[in-house]
Amino acid sequence: MTATTATASLPMSAAHAARAEREPGPPAPRKGAPPWQDLLFERTTMFFALFVLLTLVGILGALAWASIPAFQKFGLGFFVTNVWNPVTMNFGALAPIYGTLVTSIIALLIGVPVSFGIAIFLTEMCPVILKRPLGTAVELLAAVPSIIYGMWGLFVFAPIFGDYIQPALTKVLGDLWILGPLFRGAPNGIGVLSAGVILSIMVIPFIASVMRDVFETVPPVLKESAYGIGATTWEVVANVVLPYTKVGVIGGIMLGLGRALGETMAVTFVIGNAYRISASLFEPGNSIASALANEFNEASDPVHRASLFALGLVLFLLTFIVLTCSRLMLAQLAKGEGRKT
Amino acid sequence: MTPLYRKRLIVNRFNLVMSLATMGFGMTFLLWILWVLFANGFAALSPTLFTQMTPAPGSAGGLANAIYGSVTIVLVATFISTPIGILAGIYLAEYGKDHWVARVTRFINDILLSAPSIVIGLFVYTIYVAQVGHFSGWAGSCALALIAIPVVVRTTEDMLYLVPASLREAAVALGAPMWKVILKVTLRAVRSGVITGVLLAVARMSGETAPLLFTALNNQFWSANMNAPMANLPVVIFQFAMSPFEDWKSLAWAAALLITLTVLLINIVARTLFRQTAAGR
Repeated sequence: MTATTATASLPMSAAHAARAEREPGPPAPRKGAPPWQDLLFERTTMFFALFVLLTLVGILGALAWASIPAFQKFGLGFFVTNVWNPVTMNFGALAPIYGTLVTSIIALLIGVPVSFGIAIFLTEMCPVILKRPLGTAVELLAAVPSIIYGMWGLFVFAPIFGDYIQPALTKVLGDLWILGPLFRGAPNGIGVLSAGVILSIMVIPFIASVMRDVFETVPPVLKESAYGIGATTWEVVANVVLPYTKVGVIGGIMLGLGRALGETMAVTFVIGNAYRISASLFEPGNSIASALANEFNEASDPVHRASLFALGLVLFLLTFIVLTCSRLMLAQLAKGEGRKT
Repeated sequence: MTPLYRKRLIVNRFNLVMSLATMGFGMTFLLWILWVLFANGFAALSPTLFTQMTPAPGSAGGLANAIYGSVTIVLVATFISTPIGILAGIYLAEYGKDHWVARVTRFINDILLSAPSIVIGLFVYTIYVAQVGHFSGWAGSCALALIAIPVVVRTTEDMLYLVPASLREAAVALGAPMWKVILKVTLRAVRSGVITGVLLAVARMSGETAPLLFTALNNQFWSANMNAPMANLPVVIFQFAMSPFEDWKSLAWAAALLITLTVLLINIVARTLFRQTAAGR
């Protein structure tokens, strides 16, 4: 084999960084390396990539298929009926859907401002020496398994929450005009509000690390110009960093929401497992994931089981939509970044 | 100082103090959780943990079967997910690039990365457990593998992008076929990065509880049979922590400590390894 045949097929581009330009040409055919080897390898890798793709299709298909009996019996009313009775075989998903949404909203209401503060601290205020250890510490908060949050929530957090924080909330917020009823009720520490608070702690590291990463994409020139005309750190954050990274920040929040919706074990421990929609956030409730974790193995009747599958399908579709929005937004930010710099 | 300046200064100070406070808030919870875990876990730690089986309520025992089950299930899941994840990652980075299959797969992979794990459990239950009619360790491994694959795919792809084009071109110029270039040059160049991905996946799997509930279930006795229900630490924690028995609760704390220490240790090792790869580049 001559050297010329090998080099002639190579596009010798100077750009090493750009992905699109990094294609080595097809290898020159030579003795001892039959072309089918390459084809076989490419097809094998493609097969496994398609496998990932098919997993998603499979999950959707299997859940839809398994929940058919529930939809046959209850129709679309399944989604808006507030009843869950394994004795009379009557099921409706409203209470778990409500619980899932409410706990996730509480998680975001607490989690987003805190994550924002942490991200600002890590990118704008933190001394360089502490940046890495503190960043790692926040990420370790995400690595702690969810069942640990559950145990801590049930044995340590819930009693304290019920004894001190809930009575205080009732005192301060209980008399408000519309919001008041949300914060009245028996302060026993177990319930929708506790589940939401624990979820918020679990989503903080996810939202905070996305926010930190997108804040770091802001070109230093922009920030320096703002500092140069005399802006304070807060003004730089509010008027330069935030507008520049708006889409990415929302993408990060949606990512956190996706996590919160599907979180299972921590919620199961503290939400109280009751199919109820109460005016008070102190009352026990149920989320889709906790209903599944608690009941699935005990459900022997086909309709009961199919109803639980239908709950799983709802949960998967919900998170799928939220995560899709999140990824599209983050991708849009990445694209804009390439254009502007 | 004019009122406007004072106002700006105060707003700035206030917000920065709040930012510091949120950081403190986050760290407080991390330390609080770890402290509770260590205080309760170390009190329950004893050598019999590793030699005795999970007990009946009201009697003493250990976690030997659950530790063995967890390690086996996670190991098998790692062996399933690593090749699949690496090969799919190679396709995305080396062959697919901007082809529609690659773009859709990349997107779906990102979604699977944060899909609710309990739904994965339901999925494996439908296609495996319901078909063969019994819970098993294999099913648990499958469910965990499905959770690990997206992690491995993502890191492998990201790592392969770090390899400079000149390295591939040099190998191709020597006459190596593409598959040899990829396996023996490109992949080898980012070996430690890919290992980081696998380690992160192992850490993620070790703490997962929800998918195992519907697949591996639990087993009170020693069982090395992967084709039968198998004890594992997360499900044992779930069962024991929710029970009214003090013995069980203290075993649950010990199991929680074991899992958290393992997960945090793997995470820190993976991060150190990754930093070395990134620094060497």
